[in-house]
Amino acid sequence: MTATHHAPTTAPVSTTHGSGSKLSWAFADSWTMTRRELAHWARQPVQVVVGLVFPVMMLLMFGFLIGGGKGVEGDFTSYLVPGMLTMTMAFGLEATMLSVTQDLGKGVIDRFRSMPMNSGSILVGRSIADMLQSVVGLAVMIGVGAAIGWRWNNGFASFMAAVGLLLLLRFAMLWIGLHLAMVAGKPEMVQAVQILVWPMAFLSNAIATPASMPAWLGAVVEWNPMSATATAVRELFGNQSAAGDSWAATNAELLAVAWPVLLVAIFFPLAVKRFRDLSR
Amino acid sequence: MSDRDLAIVVEGLRKKYKDKQALDGLDLTVRAGTVQGILGPNGAGKTTAVRIMSTLLRADEGRVEVAGIDVRTRADEVRSRIGLLGQNAAVDEELSGRQNLEMFGRLYHLGGRRAGARADELLEQFGLTDTGTKAIKQYSGGMRRRLDLAASLISRPQVLFLDEPTTGLDPRGRTEVWNAVRSLVGGGTTVLLTTQYLEEADQLADQIAVINRGQVIAEGTADELKTKTGGDRIDVILHDVAQLERAAALLPGAVDKDEDRRMVSASISNRMVALTETVRALQEAGIEAEDIAVRRPTLDEVFMHLTKEEAA
Ligand SMILES: Nc1ncnc2c1ncn2[C@@H]1O[C@H](COP(=O)(O)OP(=O)(O)OP(=O)(O)O)[C@@H](O)[C@H]1O
Ligand SMILES: [Mg+2]
Repeated sequence: MTATHHAPTTAPVSTTHGSGSKLSWAFADSWTMTRRELAHWARQPVQVVVGLVFPVMMLLMFGFLIGGGKGVEGDFTSYLVPGMLTMTMAFGLEATMLSVTQDLGKGVIDRFRSMPMNSGSILVGRSIADMLQSVVGLAVMIGVGAAIGWRWNNGFASFMAAVGLLLLLRFAMLWIGLHLAMVAGKPEMVQAVQILVWPMAFLSNAIATPASMPAWLGAVVEWNPMSATATAVRELFGNQSAAGDSWAATNAELLAVAWPVLLVAIFFPLAVKRFRDLSR
Repeated sequence: MSDRDLAIVVEGLRKKYKDKQALDGLDLTVRAGTVQGILGPNGAGKTTAVRIMSTLLRADEGRVEVAGIDVRTRADEVRSRIGLLGQNAAVDEELSGRQNLEMFGRLYHLGGRRAGARADELLEQFGLTDTGTKAIKQYSGGMRRRLDLAASLISRPQVLFLDEPTTGLDPRGRTEVWNAVRSLVGGGTTVLLTTQYLEEADQLADQIAVINRGQVIAEGTADELKTKTGGDRIDVILHDVAQLERAAALLPGAVDKDEDRRMVSASISNRMVALTETVRALQEAGIEAEDIAVRRPTLDEVFMHLTKEEAA
């Protein structure tokens, strides 16, 4: 122990004061929080790779082992890949929730909140990092999809629109994840949420068509936000869609925007309120 | 004493969690440049009080000023003047010690270069330079706590809050943290430290407030507290445990009996008188004593006494 002498505390070193700089500090703090996540990836490359490989394995498993979706006729790969891209985005909810509950549990967030930083940056940094990770995840999945013979046929603009819809869904999942993390408070609760997310994911048209299901289940599936995104994305990629002719199916693109926007409109304020209420 | 000499002022603090009244009218003042110990059993309200003083939690009622600034209305200004060491180590376990300190430095708005320099300085000061690049999860408990303490000093705080800084550490880790705290006090920092260990309060604190059920039940220096509660004590260790009851009857006031140690002990007002009278009384009664001692109460006894009184 070489702790010797602490310099006299005449003035705090911090240079936070001055309201004109508030906004620029908010950006700087958000960037610091984002870099924190990037540093996590750099220190744990194995975990990052495992995170990327998991959805790829799901894709290959459904693509080759199971080899066909319930009720899907023709080229299954062209149906499956957009479905799996959608599912990967939905599972992002767990990733967000897990990181945030761990931070809350360990008290790191308390330390952040005791500092003169912009506290909203905690949420902004998390959002940016999770969205970046999802972009990388999407790129990998699209690459693997292309490698197993999946193609997009409608040109670049439609391709980008499809990617945009996928990321929009991920963004909605992000805010649901943030909210649930603060409700749950501890990492153990994430498992409980997993139990809910998985049926949600499979009660969609990601890997099976609603037409192959009992009528009531088919209706639930068609209105599932994930189904809207999957159908819209299939259409934008020019892939086989196998959606029915119900209102939800024929207006999938509208719903693929409306659902995430609605979810964000609900969960963004809830998450922000929860975050503020950490001081209650 | 003018208000400017007070680093912390707490008045009538109340906080209720659902149906649990954690703080029930807590009052406290801490002079600048001193170490204030907050001593209390589990659930006394120590963490709740620290969280309110360090802007993490809002009180239901009452006023708190830290460095002359109201924590409720001007939280950001308070935050740039305080350091907090929470009850649980609040560092990013996946990152290295240096990465943690640099990140916190940036969030204190030191800018990249100064944050890096401050990180190196603190690693050096706390003897962590060699392990600075290792992930925190590979640190020992004592090292982790030291890094945590280093993180709370980044901005050279005027007021430092330490919530049970040594709970869960082995004696070596405890000594390390104690030394670090002592070296801070020389620099003029005001320290508020909560603890369940009387020894820790005795070692580090200038002033001690004993709290129980969200209220201060006694206050003063360690010496004052010892005097306040029953004053000096006399211990008589008997040769024959069978004479315990008879010996107890000879001592004044309420007598503690300890069969295992063959000891009776009582609080006294005058050391010399008590000693001579006890010796004479024992001789007259034909009771043989192995040892007779007059001493100050330990803080443990003070603490037991105070919390017992409170419960009654
Ligand atoms: N978030 C909470 N929700 C409900 N009750 C709480 C909460 N935090 C603390 N309490 C209760 O309030 C009381 C005071 O708790 P506090 O953590 O302040 O005590 P403490 O003195 O720090 O105890 P310890 O020595 O165990 O750390 C306890 O009875 C505790 O159970
Ligand atoms: Mg506590």
